[in-house]
Amino acid sequence: MAKSNTQKPMTRDVYLVDGARTPFLKARGKPGLFSAIELALGASKPLMLRQPFEASDLDEVIYGCMMPSEDEANIARVLALRIGGGDKLTAYTVQRNCASGMQAVDNAVRNISHGYADLIMAGGVDSMSRAPLLLNSDMTHWLSGFYGAKTFGAKVKAISKLRGPFFAPVIALMRGLTDPVVGLNMGQTAENLAYRFNISRTEMDQYSVDSHLRLTAAMKAGHLDEIEPLYDDKGNVYNEDDGVRPDSSVEKLAKLKPFFDKPYGKVTPANSSQITDGATSLIIASEDAIKKHGLTPIAKLNAAQWAGLSPAEMGLGPAHAISKTLEEHKLTQKNIDYWEINEAFAAQVQACVLALNDADYCKNELGLSKTVGQIPEDRLNVDGGAVSLGHPVGTSGARIILHLANTLQRENAKKGIASLCIGGGQGGSMLVEAP
Amino acid sequence: MSKNLITANLLSEEYQHFSLTVEDDIAWLSIDVKDEGANVISPDVVTELDNACDEIAKLSVKGMILLSGKSSGFIAGADVKKFRELTDPEEARVFIKAGHDACQKLEDLKMPTVAMVEGFCMGGGLEIALSCDYIIVDDSPSTKLSLPEVNLGIHPGFGGTVRSIRRIGVMKAMPIMLTGKNILPRQAKKMGLVDMCVPLRQLKSSAIQIVLRKPTKKQAPKSSKLLELKPMRTIIAMQMRKQVASKAKQEHYPAPYALINLWEANGSASDEMYAAEAESVLQLGMTDTARNLARVFFLQNRLKALGDKSLFTPKHVHVIGGGVMGGDIAAWCAMQGMKVTIQDLSADALGRVMGRAMTGFKRRYRKDTFRIMQAKDNLTPDLNGHGIASADVIIEAIYENLEAKQSIFKDVEAKAKPDAIIATNTSSIQLSDIAKVMKKPQRLVGLHFFNPVFKMPLLEIVYTPKKTNVTVIKQAQSFGAHIGKLPLPVKSSPGFLINRILMPYILEGVTAQQEGIPVAVVDKAAVDYGMPMGPLELADTVGLDICLNVGKILADTVGVTLPTALDSEVAAGKLGKKSGEGFYQWKNGKKQDSSKNDWNGDIQQLQDRLIEKLTNESQKCLDEGIVEDADLLDAGVIFGTGFAPFRGGPMNAVTESD
Repeated sequence: MAKSNTQKPMTRDVYLVDGARTPFLKARGKPGLFSAIELALGASKPLMLRQPFEASDLDEVIYGCMMPSEDEANIARVLALRIGGGDKLTAYTVQRNCASGMQAVDNAVRNISHGYADLIMAGGVDSMSRAPLLLNSDMTHWLSGFYGAKTFGAKVKAISKLRGPFFAPVIALMRGLTDPVVGLNMGQTAENLAYRFNISRTEMDQYSVDSHLRLTAAMKAGHLDEIEPLYDDKGNVYNEDDGVRPDSSVEKLAKLKPFFDKPYGKVTPANSSQITDGATSLIIASEDAIKKHGLTPIAKLNAAQWAGLSPAEMGLGPAHAISKTLEEHKLTQKNIDYWEINEAFAAQVQACVLALNDADYCKNELGLSKTVGQIPEDRLNVDGGAVSLGHPVGTSGARIILHLANTLQRENAKKGIASLCIGGGQGGSMLVEAP
Repeated sequence: MSKNLITANLLSEEYQHFSLTVEDDIAWLSIDVKDEGANVISPDVVTELDNACDEIAKLSVKGMILLSGKSSGFIAGADVKKFRELTDPEEARVFIKAGHDACQKLEDLKMPTVAMVEGFCMGGGLEIALSCDYIIVDDSPSTKLSLPEVNLGIHPGFGGTVRSIRRIGVMKAMPIMLTGKNILPRQAKKMGLVDMCVPLRQLKSSAIQIVLRKPTKKQAPKSSKLLELKPMRTIIAMQMRKQVASKAKQEHYPAPYALINLWEANGSASDEMYAAEAESVLQLGMTDTARNLARVFFLQNRLKALGDKSLFTPKHVHVIGGGVMGGDIAAWCAMQGMKVTIQDLSADALGRVMGRAMTGFKRRYRKDTFRIMQAKDNLTPDLNGHGIASADVIIEAIYENLEAKQSIFKDVEAKAKPDAIIATNTSSIQLSDIAKVMKKPQRLVGLHFFNPVFKMPLLEIVYTPKKTNVTVIKQAQSFGAHIGKLPLPVKSSPGFLINRILMPYILEGVTAQQEGIPVAVVDKAAVDYGMPMGPLELADTVGLDICLNVGKILADTVGVTLPTALDSEVAAGKLGKKSGEGFYQWKNGKKQDSSKNDWNGDIQQLQDRLIEKLTNESQKCLDEGIVEDADLLDAGVIFGTGFAPFRGGPMNAVTESD
C-alpha cells in the first residue's frame, strides 16, 4: 500500500498533439556548444513554427531541468519569453532528478485534466556537458574573508592563508549523480542491482550493443523524425544523435574497465547511459484547445504514477511505478503494446524486467499477489535508449513519452508505458494511449 | 501635504518654442518647437533661446537644466528646410551669428547649467548642449549624439567646433565631426563628451544633483593642450588631411578639409576660432556640394515618406531561399524586430545562413549580447516551410529560374494568409511572367534588395502597372519603412531601375577595357567623377556571369550593346570576385591592385563616356516612366548605387552641367 495517494481521478481527457526534440549531443569532456536554453529553444522554436496558434496562446510553459547554468534560473520562463510567448505567459521549472521531464509533462496533464489550463508546452532539457564546476567550501570561506578584508595589510594576511587544495573544484555533475543519503554513486546502485539479480557483465554488454543496433536501425528506418536540427553560431548543422555506435559489439565492450566499483565491478561507461546534451518539447492540450485551434492529437496522456524505494536500489523505481500504473488503470502487462524504460544503466533495465517477473520481489516489495509478468524484449525500448543516445537527465522523461507516442502511432498500437528510475530512490511511469 | 513648488511658465506668451519653470530653486528650460515633430533649430528658435538666457540670468536660482518637451528626442539639429531657404548670404550670416551669440550667452550663465538629453541630440542640438556646463544622457539605444553637418557639406557652425575640441580634445572631437557618426551613450561617457550616462529613471534626479553638487567640468586632458601648439597642429592637420583624402576628394567634399584648416589656423584655445568657424561654414554653405547634399537629404526624406508605417503591421517575414541574398534579407529583418523564418531544402544552407547571420549580428551589436540574442531568437530555420502559413510577408529569393519560381509561388499562394504580401526578390525576371501561374497574379509584388543587404539602403518595390494591386504596392512600401529601408516604387521592366541604369555603365567600362585601356584607368576615371566603384570592379563584385545574363536580357529588350569580352571571360570561368579572377585578381574577397595603369588617352573624355551611358539610360528610364519623376530617379540611383551624392543624382548632374 502506497504511503500517499497522489492520484485524483482525471476529470478531462488530455492529449499530446505534437512534440520535437534536439539531436542528443554527447559530452566530449569539455563544455558543449549549446547551453540548456539554446537546446530548449532548438526544440521549441521549430515545434511552435508548425502550430496553428501563437506562443502567446499557451497557458503555461513547464520544463524539467536538473542542472541549469547560473544564467538559467527558472529556465522555463526564459524559454517562454524567448519563444515569443510575451510577458503574460507564465512558466515554471520542475526538478525530480532523472524524471524532471516526465514531471513537467505530469504537471501539464494534471493541470489540463483538472481544468486549470487548456494548452501547455511541457518538456525538459539539460546541458550535462555544461554542468558547472563549483568552488569548494574551503575556497568559499577564504573568498568571503578576502572580500571582507578592507586594508592592504588585511588583504596580505588573507592571501597568506590561501592553500593549494582550496583550488580543487567541486564537479557538480559528479555530486549530482551521487546519492547524498546513502553516499552511493548512481553507477554503484546499478552494481547493487546486478548483484541482487545476478546479472553478468556479458548480459549487460549484450543489452547495450542491442541498444546501439536498435537506434542505428531506427535512424535508417526514419523512426526519429521527432528530431529537429540544431544550428550553431558558426553555421554547422547537427542532425543526429551522435553517441550512437553502429559498429558496437560485445567483444569491443568487453575491453572497457568498470568505472564505479573498481577494479572488479561490472558497470562500465559503455553499459551505462551517456552523458549528453539535449532538449524535448511537447504540446499538451485539452479537447477544447484541440477544437479551438484545429489540432490533431497523436496520443492520449494520463497522469504519472510515482513510487519510492531504497535510494541504494533506485534503478528498480520503474518496477514500482509500473505496477502502480497497471493497478491504477486496471490493466495487466499483456494489455501494454510498447514499453519505454529509460536506460540509465543496462543492468538497471534488466533488473526491472527480472523484478516484475519475480514472484518474491512482486510479493515482498510490490505487495502483489502474483507477478506482473515478462515484458517482451521486442516490445521494450524498440528504437534504442539512453545507453545509445544518451540521457540528458531533465530531458529523458519527455523524450520517452514523445517517442512512445510516435511508436504507438506508427505501429497502430493502443497502449504503452513510459517509465524512468530516479536518483534518490524513486520511479515514475505514465500510461500513453492511442487518442 | 506636500506643497507645490513648481512655478508657472515664466516666459511671456511671445515665446513659441520655449517654456521656463522653477522648481525647488532650479530653473527648467524646456524646448518644444512649435508645429514640428522633432525639435529643429530655425532662426526663431535661436532668437528665443538667446532671450530666454537673459530671463534666466535675472532669476535667483541654484542652476538651470535644459530639456526637451518632446518625446521624440532632445534636439535634431538645424532645420535643413529653413537652412536651404537661406540663399541670401547676408541672411545666412545673421543666422549663424545669432546662433553663436545664443550659445555664448548660454555658456556665460553664472549658474551651473545642465543639458539633460533623452533621445537624439544632433548637430546644432549637440552644439547647444556643449554650451552647457554639463551634459547628461539617458542610457538607451535611442539616445544618439552626433555632429553630422559634414553629411550636408558643411561643419558645425554654432561654436561646436571649438567647444567639442575644448571638451574632449582634438583627437576625439575631430573624428566625430569628420565622420558625422552617431555616438552612443556609453561611448559618449567614455570619451568625455558627456558627464554622466544613467538610466532614464535616474536622469532627472542626476541632473538635479549635478546642479546642487557642481562637480568638476569636463575638459580635454592636459596632454591635449600640447596638441594645440602651432607646430603640433600643423603635423596633426597634415595627418588628418591624409586620412580624409583616402575617403573623399577635396574638390568633391570641401567641408572636412575646411574643418581641418579652421582648427589648424586658429587652435581651439583661441576665441578667434569662433569667428573663423562662422566664416568657414558660410563659405561652405554656398558650395554646390552643400546644395546637392541638402538635396540628397530631402530626397532621402521623400523616399522615407513613401513608406507609411501605419498602413501595415508586418510581424512575421518568411524568406524562401537560403543563399547569400535570402539569408541576408532574413537576418536583416530579424534585426529590425520581425519574427523571421528562412526556408531552404538544405539544412546545410540554413546552417550557413545562421552562421552568416550571427557574424552580422555580432558585427553590428558588438558586445551587446542582449540585442544579439533578440535577433537570433527572431530568426528560425524552417526546412519544411511551416512559416508560410503564418507569415505577413513572404519573400522569394532563390536562383533566377522562372519555372522554379513559378512552382514556389503556386505553393505559396495556396498556403499563405489571404492578406499576406507575396513578393519576389528577382532582379531580372518580369513580375508578370512569374505571376502567370498564380490564381491572383495581382498579389505578386517585387521586393528587390541590393547586395550587401546590411549596407544598401534602397528597396525597389516592383509592380506591373494596372495589374499589381495598388494596396499591395502601398503595403510593400510600408514594409520597406518597417525594416528601415528606403522604398522606391518602380515599374516592372527589364533590369527595373538600378540594374538597368548600371548595366550600360558597366558594359561601357568593359568595351573601353576591350579597346585596350587598362582596367585601373577605366575604374579611376569613374571614381574620379565620384562613383563609389569603377565599372569593372563593380562587374567583378556583382559577378561577370550575372552581368552577362542581365546584359543579355537588356540587350534583347532595351537595346543595350553587349561587348564580346564578357562572353569569353565567363566562358573561361572568370566570374569576378567569387571565382578569384575577373577584370581583377581577388584574394580572400580583396581586390589585388592591378599594376598596369599607363595610358596617354584623354581621361576626361573617358570619364564623360562612362557617365554619359549612365545619365542617358537614366533619361530613358524617366521617359519610359519607370519611376514617377526625376527626383525619385536621382534618389534611387544615389541610394541604390552610391552615385556621387555631392552631384545630387544623375538628372541633377545633367541639369547642372548644362
